[in-house]
Amino acid sequence: MAEAVEVSDVRRSYGGYEAVRGVTFSVARGELFALLGTNGAGKTSTLEVVEGLARPGGGRVRVLGRDPWADRAAVRPRIGVMLQQGGFPADLTVTETAAMWAGTLTAPRPVAEALELVDLAHRAGVAVKQLSGGERRRLDLALAVLGRPDVLFLDEPTTGLDPESRRNTWELVRTLLDDGVTVLLTTHYLDEAEELADRLAIMHQGRIVRTGTVAEVVASQPATVSFALPPSVPREWLPELPGALVVDDGHRVEVHTDTMQATLTGLLLWARDHDVELRELSARPASLEQAFLAVASSEEKETERAEVAAR
Amino acid sequence: MSRPADVMTALLTAGAARRVRALATAEVRLLVRNRTAMFTALALPVLTVILLSGIGFGEETDLPLGAVVVTMLAGFALLYVVYYNLVSAYVARREDLVLKRLRVGELRDAEILAGTALPSVVVAVAQVVLTAVVAAPAFGMDVPPNALLAVLGVVGGVVMFVLLAAASTAFTRNVEMAQVSTLPVLLLCMGSLIFSGVVVPADSVPDRVRDVAQFIPLTPIVDLIQLGLTGQTPDGDTVGFAASWAEAAAPLAVMAAWIAIGAWALRRWFRWEPRG
Ligand SMILES: Nc1ncnc2c1ncn2[C@@H]1O[C@H](COP(=O)(O)OP(=O)(O)OP(=O)(O)O)[C@@H](O)[C@H]1O
Ligand SMILES: [Mg+2]
Repeated sequence: MAEAVEVSDVRRSYGGYEAVRGVTFSVARGELFALLGTNGAGKTSTLEVVEGLARPGGGRVRVLGRDPWADRAAVRPRIGVMLQQGGFPADLTVTETAAMWAGTLTAPRPVAEALELVDLAHRAGVAVKQLSGGERRRLDLALAVLGRPDVLFLDEPTTGLDPESRRNTWELVRTLLDDGVTVLLTTHYLDEAEELADRLAIMHQGRIVRTGTVAEVVASQPATVSFALPPSVPREWLPELPGALVVDDGHRVEVHTDTMQATLTGLLLWARDHDVELRELSARPASLEQAFLAVASSEEKETERAEVAAR
Repeated sequence: MSRPADVMTALLTAGAARRVRALATAEVRLLVRNRTAMFTALALPVLTVILLSGIGFGEETDLPLGAVVVTMLAGFALLYVVYYNLVSAYVARREDLVLKRLRVGELRDAEILAGTALPSVVVAVAQVVLTAVVAAPAFGMDVPPNALLAVLGVVGGVVMFVLLAAASTAFTRNVEMAQVSTLPVLLLCMGSLIFSGVVVPADSVPDRVRDVAQFIPLTPIVDLIQLGLTGQTPDGDTVGFAASWAEAAAPLAVMAAWIAIGAWALRRWFRWEPRG
C-alpha cells in the first residue's frame, strides 16, 4: 500500500531565509513518525507544508497519495491538524467552539465524545478565554480528532501539559494508532518520542540529520561506563579497554564504548585482579537524548568551523 | 483563493452552505457578545441618519424624503456595519490566529471570509429592508420605477464592501488600528453621500466634483438606489423604467470595477496570519 505521507526534497523559504533545506521522509499507514529537532530547526515549517497550509518552495509532498496544497478539498476531510500555535475566538465556550468546527466537517464525531477523549467534558460550558494553557491545548487536540482523520498532524501536542494530561494524550494517540490512524508529530520531549514513535527524524538547521527507529538512531551513539578511581590508584594503571575512549575529568572516569559488555568485562576483571574498588560504577546504554545532543553540538561545531573558514 | 467562478460554485454546493452556516452561527454569537460591534451594527447607521435629518440635511433636495432616508441608511449600513465592522472582525480573527486555525480544516478560503461576514451582512441588509418597508412610506415615497436597480445596488454594495474590508486588513496591523485605517474609505464615501444629490441638491454640486465623485466606491451604489427608487438621475432628470437601465450603465460599470479591484487586492495582499 502507498505510504500515508511522502515528503521528498521539500524546501521552504521566508523571504531570503531558507528554513527547510531539502527534507525527505515518509510515513507508512498506521505508523507514528516523530520529528525532533532544536528550536528553529524547521519542524513547524515542514509540517505546515505537509498539511497543505503552505506551498513548498521546492520538492514534492503527497498525503494519502494526493498533493495537500493543490488537492486541498480532497485531502482535508481525511486529515486532522493541531498547529503549534492556533487560535480560537475567546468569547465562545468550549462546546460552541467544537460544535462550530464539527459543523465544518464531513463526518464528525459527536462533540461530547471528542471533549471526553481529551478530558475536557467538565469544562464544556466555559469560555475559551477562561481556559488554562494546557486546557486550550487539549481543546485544539479535540478539534484535530473531531473529524475522525486517517492522518493526524500534531505540532508539539503535549507542550504545556501537566504529566497526567500528557499520559492521557499518549493514551489517546495509542488508541488512534490501534485504529489504524497515521500520526506525524513533533515534540521536544524525547521520552514522548521513545514512548510513541515507530520511527523518527532529528532535524537541525533545515535538514534531517538522523532518521530511523529509536534503536537505529541511538545505535549511532556509544554506551557510557563511568566510575571513580580511589585516589591511591593512578589512572595510568587502567588496562587497555577494547575500542573505548576514556574521558577523565580528574576523579571520575568515563568510558564511551560501542561494545559495552567487552568493556565492562575487561574493567571488572582488572579491578578484581588488582583489588581496586570502582566507586559509583555505572553502565548506561546510549539514549535518544544523547543522540539528540550529539547532533545539536556536532552541527554547532560544523557551523563554527564554517564561520572560521569564511573569515 | 481560486477564480471567482470556482468561488461561486463552492459557495453554492451543499457542503459549502453547511460549512459557512457553522462558521456564521459562531460569528453571530461573537457579534452578540461584542458590545462595541453590536452598537456599530445596530445603532450607528440609524443614529447617523437621524442626526443628519435633524440638522436639516436632505431637505433642500427635490427627492422624496422616504427615498433619501433609505439611500442614506443603506450607505451608512454598508460603511459601518459591513465595511468597518468586518475590517475589525477579520483583523481580530487574524491576530488571534483564528483564521490560521480555520484554514487547516475543510473550509475553503472564500467560505471563511463569507462565514465571518455573513452576520454583519444580514444585519445591514435587514436594516435597509426594514427602513424601506417601514420608514419610507411613513416619510412619503411613490412606487419605485425600477426597484430591481435598488436591490442590485444593495447586493453589489455588500459584495464590494466585504471585499474592500478584507483588502483593507492588509494595512491594518491590529484591531485598534482599524479605527484609523478605515478612515480613508469612510471619509471618501461620506463625501460621496453628500455630493451625490441625496444631501445637497444635484444641481448645486459643481460638475467637476461630480465627475470625480462618481468613481468613489459608494457613489454608484447611492446612484443605483436613487435611480431605482425615484427614477432620478444624478443630473436631476427623472426617467422611467426603460430609460433607467441606460442611466444605470455607468454606475453599474463603476460598481463592477470596484468589486474587481477589491477581489484583486484581496488575492494579492490578504494575509491569513499575523505578520511574522
Ligand atoms: N513566518 C516566518 N517568517 C520568517 N521566518 C520564519 C517564519 N516562521 C519561521 N521562521 C524561521 O524559520 C526557521 C524554522 O522555524 P520553525 O518554526 O519551522 O522551527 P521549529 O523547528 O518548529 O522550532 P520550534 O521547536 O521552536 O517550534 C526559524 O529560524 C524561524 O525563525
Ligand atoms: Mg515548531
